[in-house]
Amino acid sequence: MKYMLLMQFSEAAAEFPPIHAWTPEEIQAHIGFMGDVNGKLVASGEFVDGQGLAMPDQAKIVRAGDGGGPVVTEGPFAETKEWLAGYWIVDTDTPERAVELAAYISTAPGPGGRPLNMPIEVRPVMSAPPQEL
Amino acid sequence: MLVRRFGDFDTAEDAVQESLLAAATQWPRDGTPDNPRGWLIQVASRRMIEQVRNEQARRRREAVVAQREPADRQSAPAADVPTPADRDDTLLLLFLCCHPALSATSRIALTLRAVGGLTTAEIARAFLVPEATMAQRISRAKQRISASGGRFRMPEGPDRADALGQVLHVLYLIFSEGHTSSGGADLYRIELSSEAIRLTRAVHALLPDDSEVTGLLALMLLTDARRPARIGPDGVLVSLADQDRSRWDRAAITEGIALVTRALPRGPLGPYQIQAAIAAVHDEAATAEETDWPQILALYQVLERYSANPVVALNRAVAVAMVHGPLAGLAVLAETGSDPRLAGQHRLDATRAHLLEMAGDRAAAIAHYRAAANRTASLPERHYLTLRAARLA
Repeated sequence: MKYMLLMQFSEAAAEFPPIHAWTPEEIQAHIGFMGDVNGKLVASGEFVDGQGLAMPDQAKIVRAGDGGGPVVTEGPFAETKEWLAGYWIVDTDTPERAVELAAYISTAPGPGGRPLNMPIEVRPVMSAPPQEL
Repeated sequence: MLVRRFGDFDTAEDAVQESLLAAATQWPRDGTPDNPRGWLIQVASRRMIEQVRNEQARRRREAVVAQREPADRQSAPAADVPTPADRDDTLLLLFLCCHPALSATSRIALTLRAVGGLTTAEIARAFLVPEATMAQRISRAKQRISASGGRFRMPEGPDRADALGQVLHVLYLIFSEGHTSSGGADLYRIELSSEAIRLTRAVHALLPDDSEVTGLLALMLLTDARRPARIGPDGVLVSLADQDRSRWDRAAITEGIALVTRALPRGPLGPYQIQAAIAAVHDEAATAEETDWPQILALYQVLERYSANPVVALNRAVAVAMVHGPLAGLAVLAETGSDPRLAGQHRLDATRAHLLEMAGDRAAAIAHYRAAANRTASLPERHYLTLRAARLA
C-alpha cells in the first residue's frame, strides 16, 4: 500500500527559529538526515519517490483566463503561512509502518541537534479497485 | 492439445517438435510404443514443463536453492516414468518463496523473480516502484530466508498442505494486483494477471489432482475473462450488472468452467473452487437478469463455512437481496455491519447504498454512496460511487 508523507511547514506552529538563524553545522546535520531518510527507504525496499520543494517565494499561482490561457500570479505570497516543504511516497506492508516512518522523519534535527518534530501528514495514495466476485 | 493444456502456442510448438525428435531417435531403438499419440503428448508435455523450467534456470542461479540436475535427466527418460524430482524442484522453490518468515509483499516479489519469468525491472514497473527499491526488497527477502536458519526441507503432511495454501494465496494476490488495474497506463500491472495465470497453470500441471489448485486456476480464468468490460473508457468502474457481456473472453470462460466442473465432484472442496463456481454462474448468464441468484446464494452459504470473513457476508447480503428482496439483504447487513473488521471500510457503505437504492430509499442510498466514495482507496471506484450518488440526487 502506498502512502504520501507530506512535510507541512507552518510558520505559526513551528517551535523553532527560521532556518537562516541556524548554524551551518545544524543546517548540515538537517540536510544529512534528510538524505539518510531516502537511503534508508531505498534499503528497506519502501522508497517510491521523495522530493524537496522550492520555497513558496519561488511559487507561481496559475489560473486559466478567458480562452483557457494561463494567468500567472507571481510570489512571494505574503499570506503564505503554511506550505508544503517536501514529500515522500512510500510503499509499506502496513499502514502502521507508514505512520512509523512519518514519526521518524519528524525527528529531523534542528537547532542544537534537537528534533524539530515537524508535523507529517500521512495520506493513502489511491489505487486500483478491489476484486469483485 | 498442448496449446489447450498449457495455453502457450509457441512453446507448445517447440515441445511437439522436440517430442517428435525424441520419437525419431527412440522408436527405432526401443520399438514403437503401444499408444504413439499418448506417448508423443506426454513427452511433449514434459518438454513444455522443462522449457518453462529452463526459462527460470537463469533466475534460479540467483535463488537460494541450488539447482540439481540428475544425470538421468541427460537422456530422455521413458515417457511413462514420472519424474518426482523435477516436480519437487519447482514446488520446493515455490514453497521457499512463500516462506513463513516473509511478508506478503516480499513473497510476491520473490515468487515473481525466482519462479516467474519477470525481471526485477518488470516487477518494479508492475508495482510502480523504482527498480532499486524492488531489487532491495527481493534481496532482503532472500537474506531473511537465510537468516531464518536451517536447510529448507520439503514440507510434509499437514505442513505441506499449509505451505501449498500459502503459495496459492500469493498467486491469487499477484493475480488480483493485475486484475484490479484499469488498463492504459496500468498495462504493466495487467501483465501480473497473465503471469499469475501462467504460474498457476504450471502448478496445476505439477499437481493436476489437487482440486484447490484447479479451482484457483478456474477462478482466475473466469474472473480475468471479464476484465475487458470491467473499466469504462472514462476510467470508471463498470458494475457486473452493467458490463457489456459481449466483451467477455469466451475461451477463458469455457476453459474455466471445464476446470471447475472437473474439480468440484472430485474434491476435497475448498474456497477457490466455490469462488470459481460463483464466478462461473455469473459468467454463464447471457444477461445480468438471467443470473441464477438462488444458486449463487447457496454457494455463498457454503463459502462462508470455509472462509467466514465479513466481505463474504457482504456478498451474501447482495445475493439474499437478489433472491428474497432488498429488505432481507439489509437485514443480513444489519448483522454483519457490527463486525469490527468492517469498521471504517467503504465496502459496507457501498453494499448498503446498493441495497437501499434497490429498496427505493434514495436519500439514504445517496448518503451511503457518498460515505463509501470518501472511504475507498480506489480512484475508479470513487468515480463510480460518486456518479452513482449523483444519478440518484
